[in-house]
Amino acid sequence: MLKVENVQVSYGNIKAIKGISLEVNKGEIVTLIGSNGAGKSTTLRAISGLLKLKSGSITFEGQRIDGKEGHEIVAKGICQSPEGRRIFPRMSVSENLDLGAFLRNDKDGIAADRERVLELFPRLAERITQKAGTMSGGEQQMLAVGRALMGNPTLLLLDEPSMGLAPVLVDMIFETITKINEQGTTILLVEQNALAALSVANRAYVLESGNIKLSGNAKDLLNDPAVTKAYLGG
Amino acid sequence: MTIISRLSRKQSTPKKRKAPASQRTWSIGFLTMAVVIYIFYTYIVPHTPDGFQSQIQTWFPPSALNEALVWVIAALGLNIVVGYAGLLDLGFVAFWAIGGYTAGWFMSGFFNQWNIHFGSESAKVIPGIHLSFWIVLLLGALICAFFGILIGAPTLRLKSDYLAIVTLGFGEIIPQIFVNGENIRGFNLSNGTKGISPVDSIGIFGKRLGPFDLNYKYMIFVFMAAFMVFISLRLRSGRLGRAWLAIREDELAASMMGIPLMKTKLSAYAVGAISGGLAGVAYATHVNGIFAERFQFSISIILLAMVVLGGMGNVWGVMVGALLIAWVNSTGLPALGNEINSTFHTNINFPSYTFLIFGALLILMMLFRREGILPESRLKMILHETDESDDNEEPHDFISEEEAL
Repeated sequence: MLKVENVQVSYGNIKAIKGISLEVNKGEIVTLIGSNGAGKSTTLRAISGLLKLKSGSITFEGQRIDGKEGHEIVAKGICQSPEGRRIFPRMSVSENLDLGAFLRNDKDGIAADRERVLELFPRLAERITQKAGTMSGGEQQMLAVGRALMGNPTLLLLDEPSMGLAPVLVDMIFETITKINEQGTTILLVEQNALAALSVANRAYVLESGNIKLSGNAKDLLNDPAVTKAYLGG
Repeated sequence: MTIISRLSRKQSTPKKRKAPASQRTWSIGFLTMAVVIYIFYTYIVPHTPDGFQSQIQTWFPPSALNEALVWVIAALGLNIVVGYAGLLDLGFVAFWAIGGYTAGWFMSGFFNQWNIHFGSESAKVIPGIHLSFWIVLLLGALICAFFGILIGAPTLRLKSDYLAIVTLGFGEIIPQIFVNGENIRGFNLSNGTKGISPVDSIGIFGKRLGPFDLNYKYMIFVFMAAFMVFISLRLRSGRLGRAWLAIREDELAASMMGIPLMKTKLSAYAVGAISGGLAGVAYATHVNGIFAERFQFSISIILLAMVVLGGMGNVWGVMVGALLIAWVNSTGLPALGNEINSTFHTNINFPSYTFLIFGALLILMMLFRREGILPESRLKMILHETDESDDNEEPHDFISEEEAL
């Protein structure tokens, strides 16, 4: 479904990712793990058109999408829950969700997806008229994911959904990610919390200073001593 | 306990969308006021004692009211650019000037090599291009929209501060072109500092308004302001308005929602430019001429002050701000100055202190009422409830709520 081939991205003279290839197949949860500065978010931003590639190509459902503007990529069916949530703080939860469906015109479909999101995150239904900026970090994260789902994506990109959340909430978020996937959405998940990410993913890529160091089945990596040592603290 | 009570309070008072109702109240209020003022000036003032009439002439002359309405039209346009889309524009005077010269070109004897008359009530024998006021309004809007897009396309990629500087430059260049446009390779574009005068008066229902038909002009300007309010409110509640607000809130997140940034920003700029153009045409008919030297940087700043002081993003706030500042600027301050001078036998030139007073007023507003006289609701909320939202942002707060429930 998504194919990233030999992608390089630089910030000025600094090479952030140095030739990455990865693949996401329909129906999968694929996770991209690695420490700070490994290039995880950069990869995600390259896919969603926020950064220009230096070389390489990105194809989505057989079409080249590198070089397209951010909004064109959303139109192709790739929606993102960005790092740091980036919800619209002065707008209500309801307005945030509406904006997630900005490019859609199918009223019934939007209403159905809204129902689906509020079912996944009942907390959002309680706060539907509240300004998003006044909610807690966990609720804001739910909103960010819910907002991305409102675009009815074929591929959902999640950038560090567990960042800054209490352990109870992290579990809850990852449970929901599994549920979203079971409902038929393909997910590319970027995470620092390797343990949590590997336990929900089908396949994983381990990134280290701009290169893919390891890749494979998530369950295998979870038991791989190299991974355990480097990322799981044991 | 406190958390629970706060939570339940929040849930028990869901803020339903009551905005449309209050918008309707304001709209009705505005139109009623407009009619009352019209009746007051047309039917009541002429029958009042001379003393009262002269007081009215000193403090609230009809021409000042008309001019204030022109400011309202322009400020409402700037509000779309600054208040809705969050693009700081320091050169709005350029559109005002372009609109003004559109009136100068198409509603006067300036191009006397031609003799074109259409829909205008002016005498057919006078050479020049004389089009109907309404057609010129449309032309001014179109030309300004064109320039808005022309200027916006290369510059709107810039972020806030840089955009402000570029618009500042644009606001300086356009009036300079008109000041020096007397001989552009032999073509007289603007008549230089002499300006274009007289501009045709407005023709309506076969009647030609003279310079003293202030009441008719007033109704026309009220109509134009109402039109801008209508456009603003419609756009605001629609898809485009939502996209503008999203860009104002967070540009990057907006693009992740699939909002085309350039197109959306350009449309804000173009709609703003259109209203600047309308104001320019109206202004030219108001002063019966167009003079390059009037288009100074200070106009851009005054307009911005109207938007900020009135309440960015709220059309009614902007309208109140514009009326108030325009009145202080044109009438209030000179009249008050004369009053003080004659009472205390002083000789202070009050109008020369206009900007000192504006500056002080703006500083006071920023200290005590940052959101403006009539703020947009969401801006007010964010400026005053920061304490509450701060402690809400802590994740532990959320957990304790979970446990408490």
